[in-house]
Amino acid sequence: MTGPRSSVGCGVPALHGRRVYFSPRCNLDLAALTDCFSSASCIVTQTTSGLIIGLLLFLVAAGLTLIFGVLKVVNFTHGSFYMLGAYFAYTVNNLTNSYALAVLAAAIGVGLFALFFERFFISRVYGANVLMQLLVCYAFILILDDAVKIIWGPEFKSMGMPDIFQAPPFFVAGGIIPVFYLFLIIVTLFIAVGLWLIIAYTRFGTIVRAAAVNPSMVSALGINTGLIYAAVFAIGGMLAGLAGGLAVPVRSLTAGMGFSILIESFIVTVIGGMGSIAGALIGSILIGLVRAFGSIGFPLFVEGLMFALMAIILILKPSGLLGKEG
Amino acid sequence: MAPKQTTLSRDLLIAGVALLVLLILPVLWPSKALSDLIIRVSAFSLFATSLNLLVGYTGMVSFGHGMFFGFGAYCFGLSMQRLGVSIPTALLLTIALTAVLAAVVGAISIRLKEIYFAFITLAFQMLLHSLIIAWVPLTGGDQGLMGGIPRPEFLGIDFGLESNRYAFSVILMIVGLLALRHVAESPFGYTLRMIRDNPERASFLGVNVFRTKLTAFIIAGIFGAVGGVIMAMFVSGAYPEFANWTMSGEGIFMVMLGGISTFLGPTVGAVILSLLNDLITRRTEHHGIFLGVIILVFALGLRKGVTDFIADWFQARRESAGAQLKGGRQ
Repeated sequence: MTGPRSSVGCGVPALHGRRVYFSPRCNLDLAALTDCFSSASCIVTQTTSGLIIGLLLFLVAAGLTLIFGVLKVVNFTHGSFYMLGAYFAYTVNNLTNSYALAVLAAAIGVGLFALFFERFFISRVYGANVLMQLLVCYAFILILDDAVKIIWGPEFKSMGMPDIFQAPPFFVAGGIIPVFYLFLIIVTLFIAVGLWLIIAYTRFGTIVRAAAVNPSMVSALGINTGLIYAAVFAIGGMLAGLAGGLAVPVRSLTAGMGFSILIESFIVTVIGGMGSIAGALIGSILIGLVRAFGSIGFPLFVEGLMFALMAIILILKPSGLLGKEG
Repeated sequence: MAPKQTTLSRDLLIAGVALLVLLILPVLWPSKALSDLIIRVSAFSLFATSLNLLVGYTGMVSFGHGMFFGFGAYCFGLSMQRLGVSIPTALLLTIALTAVLAAVVGAISIRLKEIYFAFITLAFQMLLHSLIIAWVPLTGGDQGLMGGIPRPEFLGIDFGLESNRYAFSVILMIVGLLALRHVAESPFGYTLRMIRDNPERASFLGVNVFRTKLTAFIIAGIFGAVGGVIMAMFVSGAYPEFANWTMSGEGIFMVMLGGISTFLGPTVGAVILSLLNDLITRRTEHHGIFLGVIILVFALGLRKGVTDFIADWFQARRESAGAQLKGGRQ
C-alpha cells in the first residue's frame, strides 16, 4: 500500500511520524498547502487521513477522559496501554492469521491488564498526592517499555495489511481512500456511538455518571464504587488496547510508541474538555485534520500547530470546548 | 529580624564548609569516578532543588521541568559554539532566554491546576523535545550537539583543565543552592507556602497568586537550566535525552526520594539516584524495569523521602523532650 500522502507536499512521513526531519525546502510550504486546497483529490485524501488519525486518537483519548471524569486520575500509562494493544494484536495475528481475533485479543488483553493495574496499583494512590500518582505511572511506563523490548525486541516491527483489506482503494473526486481506512472510520464511529449509548441510556451508564459527580452518595445508595472504578478503568484500557490493535496495519511498532499518542490524547482532552467524551471526539478530529493538512504546509511545525491550538483554547476557555466551568 | 539574620549566616557557613570540602576532596582522593559523580550530582541537585521550589514549596507538580534542563544545555552549548562568547556570557544569555521561555510556558500552564498542570508542562516539554530532534541544522537532531563545546579561557582561568571545570560546576551548584535557599526562606518563599496551603486565603490577603506562581516558575526554570549548563559543560555537548520526559520523571523521583519537606532533600535524592543509576547500568541493560520497580517500592511502600524520615524523627524527639520538660514542671 502506498501512503496516500506521499504524492503531496514534500514527502512528509507517514501518519504519526513524530520525527519530521527539517529540510529548508519543507520548512514552510504554503504553496503546497494552497495547491492542496485547490484540488478536490488532495482535500479528499488529506481529510480521510486526518479522520483516521483523529478517530484512532479518539479511542485513546475517550478512555483517558472517561477515567479522568470518574476517577479524577490522569492515567499517564494510557499510552502504554495503546502500545500493549498494538503488540498483542501483532502477536495474535501472527499466530492465528486472523486480524479480527487480533483486534479482539488486543482489546480484551489490555482491558484485563488495566483491571490488574487499577486494582493493585492505582487504587492505592487515589486520594494521595498527585506526586505519588505520577510516580506510579512513571514507573509503569518504564517497566512496560522495557518489558516490550525484552519480549518483542528493540527493533521496529510492522505487520502489513491483512489480506481482507488488500483490495483496490476507492477513488472519490480523484482522492484515494484505502479500504482499510474506510473500515477504521466505520468501526471507530460505531464504537463512539456505542459508548455514548451506554453512558447515556443504560443503568451502568447512569451509575458511572453519578459516580463522577458524587461518589460518596452513590456508595451510600449501596453501590460498590470500587467495582465501578475498576470497570471504568478496564473499559478505558480496552479502548486504548482496541486503538492499538486497529492501528497495527498502518503503524510501525516500537517500545515507547505509546508516549506520543499519550501527549496527543492529552491535548485532545484539554481542547475538548476534561471528562467530556463528545469533546474528545471533536478535539480528536480537529487534531487529526490539523496533522493531516499541517503536514503539507508546515511539516516542521505540525506539533507547534497542535500546541498553538491548545494554548488558544486554554486562554479563551480554560475548561475546554465542552468542559464544565470551574 | 534577628532569626532571619542567623539563618542566613548559618546557611552561608554551611555552604562555605560544603564548598571547601568539595574543592579539597579531589586533592585528597583523586578519583575520576568520584569527581565525575560530583559534577553530575551538581547538575541534578540544582535541577531537583529548583523543581522542589515548585513541587514542595508551591504545590505545583510540574512534569515538564526537564524542558529547562535540556533548554539550558542546548542554549549554553549553542551560544558557545555559534557566538563564540565567554563562558559567563553564555551562562547569562542562557539564564535570560530561559526566563523568557519559562514566562511564556508558565503564563499558559499556570491556568491549569494539579494534574492538568503536570500534564501541560509535560506537553510543552515534548514540544521542545520534538523541535530539538526536528531542527537538525541547529541542534544536530537525534545525534545531539556535536563537535564539542569550546572552552575559552576567562580571566586567566583555563577551562580546558578538568580540575577547573570541576570547581566551576561545584561553585555553580553551591551558589545556586544558596540563591534558592534564600528564595525559599524569604517572605516570597513563605508566600509560596501560603499559596500551597490555601490559595484563596493568600488571594484574600492581597497576594496576586498568578503572578507569584509565575515568578516561582521562572526562578525554578532558571536554576533548572543552570543544572543543564553544568551537564553540557561536563559532557561537552547536549543531547535530546536532556529534554526528554524521562528527565522530568527522574527529577520528580529525586525530589520524592530525598523528601519534599526539607531544603536539601532533593540534593540527597540526586545523590542517591545518581549512585543507583550507576549501579543499575553497570549490572543490567534493563534499566527501566529495575528503576521502575524501585520507584514503585518507594511510591507505594515508603511513601516518603529519606530526609522526611529524618525530619520526622527529629520532630518526634523534640516533641517527646518537650513533653518531658512540661511533665517535670507540673
